[in-house]
Amino acid sequence: MAIRESDLAAKQTKTIGWNGKTLKEMRREIDELTKETGYYAGLEKLPFKESEPIRFEKIFAKLRGGVVHARETAKRVAASPIVEQEGELCFTLYTPEGDSVVTSTGIIIHVGTMGSAIKFMIENDYEENPGIEPGDIFCNNDCQVGNVHPCDVHTIVPIFWEGEVVGWVGGVTHVIDTGATAPGSMCVGPVTRYDDGYQIACRKIGRNDELLRDWLVESQRSIRTTKYWLLDERTRVAGCHMIRDLVLSIIEEEGIDAYKQFIRELIEEGRRGLINRLKAMTVPGKYRQVAFVDVPYRHPDVDVPPYAKVDTIMHAPSEITINPDGSWELSFDGASRWGWHSYNAQPIAFTSGIWVMMTQTLIPNDRVNDGAVYATQFVLPEGGWMKPDDIRTAHSYAWHFLVSAWSPLWRGLSRAYFSRGYLEEVNAGNANTSNWLQGGGFNQYDTIHAVNSFEAAAEGTGASAVRDGLDHAAAIWNPEGDMGDMEIWELAEPLLYLGRSIKPNTGGYGKYRGGCGYETLRMVWNAKDWTMFFMGNGYMSSDCGLMGGYPAAAGYRFEAHGTDLKERFEKRLPFPQGGDPNPDDPQYEKVLESKEIKRDKQAITTEAIFENYDLYLNYLRGGPGFGDPLERKPEHIEADLNGGYLLPEYAEKVYGAVFTRDEKGRYHVDPKKTEERRKQIRQERLKRGKPTREWMKKERERILRKEAAVQVQHMYASSFSLSEKFLNEFRTFWNLPESWVVTEEELEVPTFGSKLKLTESI
Amino acid sequence: MAQEYDRRTIEELVDGTIGFPKLKEMLSSFKDPGRFDTYVSILQERVPWDDKILLPYGEHLYVVLKKDGSRVIKCDCGHEFGDYRQNWKLNALVYVRDDEQKMAELYPKLLAPDPQWQVIREYYCPGCGTQLEVEAVTPWYPVIHDYEPDIDAFYEQWLGRPVPKP
Ligand SMILES: [Zn+2]
Repeated sequence: MAIRESDLAAKQTKTIGWNGKTLKEMRREIDELTKETGYYAGLEKLPFKESEPIRFEKIFAKLRGGVVHARETAKRVAASPIVEQEGELCFTLYTPEGDSVVTSTGIIIHVGTMGSAIKFMIENDYEENPGIEPGDIFCNNDCQVGNVHPCDVHTIVPIFWEGEVVGWVGGVTHVIDTGATAPGSMCVGPVTRYDDGYQIACRKIGRNDELLRDWLVESQRSIRTTKYWLLDERTRVAGCHMIRDLVLSIIEEEGIDAYKQFIRELIEEGRRGLINRLKAMTVPGKYRQVAFVDVPYRHPDVDVPPYAKVDTIMHAPSEITINPDGSWELSFDGASRWGWHSYNAQPIAFTSGIWVMMTQTLIPNDRVNDGAVYATQFVLPEGGWMKPDDIRTAHSYAWHFLVSAWSPLWRGLSRAYFSRGYLEEVNAGNANTSNWLQGGGFNQYDTIHAVNSFEAAAEGTGASAVRDGLDHAAAIWNPEGDMGDMEIWELAEPLLYLGRSIKPNTGGYGKYRGGCGYETLRMVWNAKDWTMFFMGNGYMSSDCGLMGGYPAAAGYRFEAHGTDLKERFEKRLPFPQGGDPNPDDPQYEKVLESKEIKRDKQAITTEAIFENYDLYLNYLRGGPGFGDPLERKPEHIEADLNGGYLLPEYAEKVYGAVFTRDEKGRYHVDPKKTEERRKQIRQERLKRGKPTREWMKKERERILRKEAAVQVQHMYASSFSLSEKFLNEFRTFWNLPESWVVTEEELEVPTFGSKLKLTESI
Repeated sequence: MAQEYDRRTIEELVDGTIGFPKLKEMLSSFKDPGRFDTYVSILQERVPWDDKILLPYGEHLYVVLKKDGSRVIKCDCGHEFGDYRQNWKLNALVYVRDDEQKMAELYPKLLAPDPQWQVIREYYCPGCGTQLEVEAVTPWYPVIHDYEPDIDAFYEQWLGRPVPKP
């Protein structure tokens, strides 16, 4: 068809950026100015803040207060327990170019991910088509546009003032289902984005503040839990509109020029803030650490396509370089490749979460904005799991890798805090925030339902250099973590509680131990056509301890099918209750007959059918420990024993404690005998320890003979294939011949995706 | 503004006997720039040797200045691990838990890492037998060089004073 002149002319519509510019021109200008000058938007000085500091702070306080208030109000509109109980929502205000200015509390990882969606729309000329107009509503949850996983659904609304975009507001909630291969929002089954569920790539879903009918029809038909989806969306829209009104009222009061200057200066202030904090709290230099987590996909309980049936390990080495000028670089060179599982992450999701963590340590204030990003250099390997070079990747449980990879950064920074004497800031790391109890079917109200238990928001935290980690307390992605009320979960899920207890030995041992996790025993009750699955680390612990402390315990699963519980209840016979304190000495099985019990380290599974009276143990992990366990104070060991945080056997073996138990069952640790025993243990260590260089010779021989399990070799092969540097450093360290390498081909496992890629067309 | 804490408070912090309200206040406040000097002087007073501490490096470990001007990593028991730019772990003792039995001394079997996936490497001081660091890594993993502080830049550019000389 011929193109008419008039059609082309129609494209020359009025611009919506500042001073006749397009948003795209504004974005480019900001980037160039920042790059050229080293200051955000070229702001070498902060004239507004410096000349009128009180007015500047007043505007900030109003915005921040308003954004937090909008979140609290919107939360009440929500019906989903994830939002309403756990506060899994967040609102953020952006510049016209998509840089974040102010954010609410909540899942603040989305400060970056929603900004990425705005930038995507700008980059892809949404100004021309579909057009950006006052009253528009956009939606995004596409992982390749920067989202973490599809269940974090973003609503994004432009803010106009006299025909110009003066900003955007974004709202996000974690929805309970996305229409993926399995119910529950963060499922295990997906191996490509086509299994990951309904993905909306920055789509206009509303005009004149109203959602479009075709959008409502399509979205309702694409997911399982329609009612929650609808209410969550209204929650986000309501919050966005509240914040838009707030911004407009501030502009009315303060004037548009002041507002424009304010948002720029606030971001530059954020950039300087991070640099100042690094200088105040750390030591320039290099910090190296590593994280791993298991991907045990060859097990029969993981039902995925044959090319995905590979056992492998996520590898995330990190090197922090703090420069003398206070800027820093975070390099993940050497990371393993993306894979056919749902744990991949997009770079923005990966880096944004690092800020969530930093707000808990380095920048613990309400000034969270994109300024920090501009003070940081990230190095992510092309094709790595946090920078996939293929659009097909699945992301529904990106957190499996993310939480594991982030934690060592905090541990690394803790070495700096330790050097400076800021011992109160030291943190040995974070728990792997699992297990995720998920599933769905028809619930106790006979409606179709999906569950995703956010009991995982309360894991053990890492030990510090002055005290133990907190028990069952928080999760790295939501510092305000809350395990939720059992009564609410029982209303939300057709799963009764037969126990909720502290899980002993799960916090990493140390002079100060990691916080212990906990466990809940759930019985399926009044469900129909019901499935569930497990999602957590099993064969590996995903972090180390710090300065002599041990890592947190690894994972396992317990599930029982075809039980005799119905009969036991009727006959008032004993039945499993409480925790599973020592999984090697199972107690549940003593008061239970079942057709099948699964008690093993396969802590990742795909959907299994659960009938009523079947059991599922939800074990939430502990945090890593700090310092030599032989230095733990006897009275602390005693408290651990009496509080159920430590099995007696390990008080002896790990802590060298000598103790007695009185007739009331209380433990008493003998400090003197303990000190004697500890002296012996130190001698035993000196005897069994080998000079490291000698041990290295033996290990080198094992490497030359390629003696290691396939999953270990697969991890190295994938890292080597992405980073020549990592391979060379490996060869140098072990003094290997220049030709030495491990390739995926030689391991005789499927290698789909290692050579041919599908890249983004838009 | 940042308040400074008295020596006694910092001693309590080092000893882990500090009360929670004080600790919470510390966590919530801006950092006290004088902390480093107070902290180092407390540690210096406690170690049984005379070498000057340039930088606390980890539990029991310090970067110290030797008479000849060299900087070494030293345990508070007196054992020296060599140049501070080198990985001290290479001069330590290592014990690797790489089978089920060795893991079982630490955790119940179902709570332990599977040695086919992950091993635990304990690094001990050859002088006093203290466990100084634990690595939970895959087999074959190079010994991690955790920390390389830039002591010159720290003193000269951040503390604004020259690095101590012998
Ligand atoms: Zn020593």
